[in-house]
Amino acid sequence: MMPNIFQPPSGATVYGTLLNHREALAALGDQVHAAPYKAPPKAPILYIKPRNTWAHPGDAVVVPSDTHELQIGATLGVVIGRAACQVNMANAMDYVAGFVVMNDISVPHDSFYRPSLRFKCRDGSCPMGAFMPRDAVVNPDALAVTVAIDDVEVQRTDTGGRVRSVAQLLVDVTEFMTLNQGDILSIGVSAHAPLAQAGQRVRITIAGVGELENTLVSEASA
Amino acid sequence: MKRAQVARVAKVAKVAYGGAIHDAVPHPAGLQLADGRVLAEEAVVWLPPFEVGTIIALGLNYADHVKELSKELTVTAKDEPLAFLKGRNALVGHRAQTRRPAEVAFMHYECELAVVIGRTAKNVKRADAMSFVAGYTVANDYAIRDYLENYYRPNLRVKNRDGGTVLGPWLVDAAEVPDPHALQLRTLVNGVVTQQGNTRDLISDIPELIEYLSGFMTLNPGDVILTGTPDGVVNVNVGDEVITEIDGIGRLVNTIVADATFGR
Repeated sequence: MMPNIFQPPSGATVYGTLLNHREALAALGDQVHAAPYKAPPKAPILYIKPRNTWAHPGDAVVVPSDTHELQIGATLGVVIGRAACQVNMANAMDYVAGFVVMNDISVPHDSFYRPSLRFKCRDGSCPMGAFMPRDAVVNPDALAVTVAIDDVEVQRTDTGGRVRSVAQLLVDVTEFMTLNQGDILSIGVSAHAPLAQAGQRVRITIAGVGELENTLVSEASA
Repeated sequence: MKRAQVARVAKVAKVAYGGAIHDAVPHPAGLQLADGRVLAEEAVVWLPPFEVGTIIALGLNYADHVKELSKELTVTAKDEPLAFLKGRNALVGHRAQTRRPAEVAFMHYECELAVVIGRTAKNVKRADAMSFVAGYTVANDYAIRDYLENYYRPNLRVKNRDGGTVLGPWLVDAAEVPDPHALQLRTLVNGVVTQQGNTRDLISDIPELIEYLSGFMTLNPGDVILTGTPDGVVNVNVGDEVITEIDGIGRLVNTIVADATFGR
């Protein structure tokens, strides 16, 4: 294993955060007040990328035969350094070991009403790559994020503009559940996540953290 | 998960005793450790009885429970199983304590048959599905309905709380359970039966769940499917003893405690 590559230890849990990007939430517009949602999210809405989704940089990502494209979810993963329960804004970052570049891949879906395992938990749909220790990252809430498909930039976003910053997310999540050493909590995917198809090469770059590159392949060729 | 942990032993538990973690089997006096020591049930700390991988839970998988909740369901049509995941922070074993926050109005248990996967399962067909089951245990999967939100519902703040998923006491080998779709379940709160059901009433039965899940995600040894709960969930309060019991599988005890126990 390359020294700057982090993979969650056996037994860890990888959590994603839904609609934490203000623009992604705003894109739902008045839908958040209508059925089935009925109200905007209050507490952090999390989901889990289980161990069958974990993948390394360079691993081929299979595009399942029931979809022709996958949504590329470039995001920053916060790696927990020690058990974090009921942390506060002043000490939240003490519990962080560092950060990883994550590609939280989904089968495109429009409804966030039900937990969408069929869309979020495909094998290999959570490549995680370059790791940067916490103290090497000056401000995790202001990092440029780019996605390139076959070397053409298709998304430029950043880790800011969040409903909850990294520290605030840790505070609000650990109010109701403990994050343990090696767990990863992503800050959530930005609006306008690009789509990619089999045969395409996807590279995510987070300034100051690193890169993550994977190629999509069809299920037939896998 | 190591092979030894799913060895063909009729019933096996994992307990902490005397400064170490042990496998244990039932004994007329309580339990017996692999090293021969016989102990009372109360003498050990019971852990979840196997090395737990991905935790998959089912909602709305008993017809009577769907009816019970129907007044608050936004969508009633069910075209595929409602499955969600949980983290290991939620796990505790037999005879553990689970915290009830003082601020909530409705926290309830859920007695469920837990199906433990024994070998790697991908695109498994219904007819073959049962051969991927290592065994069974009892789950009590608490929910706090006060925190329900309609995003990835049931959201993790409801279902993934520390100590909110009780597993045990025993992992019962699949060979010991000839028909897992004919098991009586019940919950007792302070000795009074509050919930009853039978696994014959599962909307999606075990082979269907394995076929469905393995059709889009690989299941690995140690992954566990909590198959859902029947009608009869009621609020529990601090001090309540909650026993979830499945005939032939086990009797799982849990106690509800207050914030103060956790320094809150």
